[in-house]
Amino acid sequence: MGISFYVQQGLNGLSFAALLFLLASGLTLIFGLMRIVNIAQGSYYLLGAYVGLSVMHWTHSFLLAILAAGAAVAAIGALMQRWFLARFHQQALPQFLLTMGFAFIFSDQALLLWGGDPQSVPVPPALAGTFVLGSVYFPTYRLFVIAIGLVVYAGLWVLQERTRVGAMVRAAVDDAEMARGLGIDVGKVMTGVFTLGAFLAAAGGVMGAAFLSIYPGADFDVLPLAFVVVIVGGLGSLRGALVGSLLVGLLDNFGKALFPELSYFTLFAPMAFILALRPQGLFGRA
Amino acid sequence: MARTLTRRALLTRGALLAGAAACGLGTLRSLVYAQGRAPIRIGFIADITGTVAQSGRDMLDGFQLYLAEKGSAMAGRPVDLVVEDAAGVPANALTKARKLVEQDRVHILTAPLLASEGYAIRDYIAERNMPTLFAVCSADDLTQRKRAPVIIRTGWSSSQPSHPFGEWVAKTLRYKRVATIGSDYAFGYEVVGGFQRTFEQSGGQVVQKIWAPLGTPDYSPYVTQIRRDVDAVFSIPVGADAIRFTKAYRQYGLKGRIPLIGGGVLMDESLLRGMDPADAEGTITALMWSAALPTPQAQRFVAAYRAKYQKDPSYYAETNYSGAQWIHAAVEHIDGKVEDREGCCGPSAPCSSPTRREVRCGWTSTRTSCTTSTSAKSRSGAAMRRTR
Repeated sequence: MGISFYVQQGLNGLSFAALLFLLASGLTLIFGLMRIVNIAQGSYYLLGAYVGLSVMHWTHSFLLAILAAGAAVAAIGALMQRWFLARFHQQALPQFLLTMGFAFIFSDQALLLWGGDPQSVPVPPALAGTFVLGSVYFPTYRLFVIAIGLVVYAGLWVLQERTRVGAMVRAAVDDAEMARGLGIDVGKVMTGVFTLGAFLAAAGGVMGAAFLSIYPGADFDVLPLAFVVVIVGGLGSLRGALVGSLLVGLLDNFGKALFPELSYFTLFAPMAFILALRPQGLFGRA
Repeated sequence: MARTLTRRALLTRGALLAGAAACGLGTLRSLVYAQGRAPIRIGFIADITGTVAQSGRDMLDGFQLYLAEKGSAMAGRPVDLVVEDAAGVPANALTKARKLVEQDRVHILTAPLLASEGYAIRDYIAERNMPTLFAVCSADDLTQRKRAPVIIRTGWSSSQPSHPFGEWVAKTLRYKRVATIGSDYAFGYEVVGGFQRTFEQSGGQVVQKIWAPLGTPDYSPYVTQIRRDVDAVFSIPVGADAIRFTKAYRQYGLKGRIPLIGGGVLMDESLLRGMDPADAEGTITALMWSAALPTPQAQRFVAAYRAKYQKDPSYYAETNYSGAQWIHAAVEHIDGKVEDREGCCGPSAPCSSPTRREVRCGWTSTRTSCTTSTSAKSRSGAAMRRTR
């Protein structure tokens, strides 16, 4: 088990982490701002993947598939937030149940529209190759996913820390009342963040479907992992989502590679340990 | 009053007309013939929602195709198919079985898809003495340690196709060292176990075994663990896992370097529909069914199924089509007296099986015992599939 083993598994873990980050960043932003535990985040991933699959069949363009899936699901997310969730502002239980109900409706609708056979989004030909470095084999497509994950993190960081919109979001997170007093339309900020979260999850769905395939139940398969990321990283923290994704992606991979029979233990035991030491998560505020 | 009557008459006539239009004359004849006698009720526990919904739908489609071909009549009695959805959940399967047996008073039951569901209903049907057709549900123990007279398995048991396959791989392909990778639960163990047994008896050696949990989202840590010094990889990931596994197998550069072989479900029609052809190409798997099977009966079935549902029949569809055929043969053999569970009926009668094999079966009212004679030809020709 030489250095190539660690490079190989490290890259595997990074690519999975990048995908998880797309899902978890939206989840954590939504929670940070609205205190909504959005169970439907997994459904955005699922719907995104299916819409992307259809667009891919019609146009054969991967980029178009990502954008169309993102746009369609973002619209669904915006409507969901504006018409339903906004009515239950700050009421954790009704919001939680509402998103759960939506999650069930979405997964049933997806089954009805796209059928239940597992399907996969074809990888664009330019990225279909295998990258060989010594004894390490790595799919080019996964390098692309890692790159996208980094770009999205950089983009979100700049948006949040360096722009006026980001300042408004931060203000609304810290003190919604005060922000409203300063003339910030907090309602719009909330819808915007929710829409962005849905967009990211849907884009993640299209990208994930190209190497993880898409099937009924995928929504509830990825959701717990996204929650682990968000809880370990600290609810509401973007940096926490990044670190949490890396942690979960790498732990999951090395755990499965080194102790295949203990794959769940190696993933969830560190989570329990971190929560015991820091209940608010690594970067969460107490 | 008059109005109600008129409406009822209208409905009856309308239904008859629609039926005639839909089924054609041959069907109508058996409908007419079958009228007047009490229907045979068959309880069908389907998994038409939930994660295995599509395969569950294939099962129901296969069964209904056969009934439609026979005008929903057996031995001169009409057949009522009572369908209940168990959604792939064992507890539901048991509830639905109870409902079908106690409320709908069905004469024959069919088992749902998953092994866990099969085990869930096993004790109940044994206790109620309810003849139950197991067409898909393949857990080895259902016909071994947990066998019961009312369990009528016309489909397969998990390790069955692996047995001749292991021998064939060792003797014909002459592979010596094989690594296996399978889903980490009973079905995976049984498929790999059958293969390992005959492969090693024939001089081969399984040098590495990897188990991945059912529903593994990312196969890369497993695929990259596969030893590169083997002659082939035998794999049996289940359901959507098969698509992710074969994709990872190619993306990580194993495809074309180490031949991929596996359990038949890996390349079932239900998965080929969604699989990238480049991922599937060249894989050799063993199962009792493939839509490319060249026998005339199989081709007739494939043509009828394609015409009705616009897709290739998976093994879920075929086992239920032939399962319905089995029920039909049994019902004919006892002249439709399905209520008589105690009576017995003569020597075993040969019935030519449905789509795959030649089978001899004997039916006593409470059980059918079957022996399958798989000919050498079908063992290498029919059971083996090379995906092109």
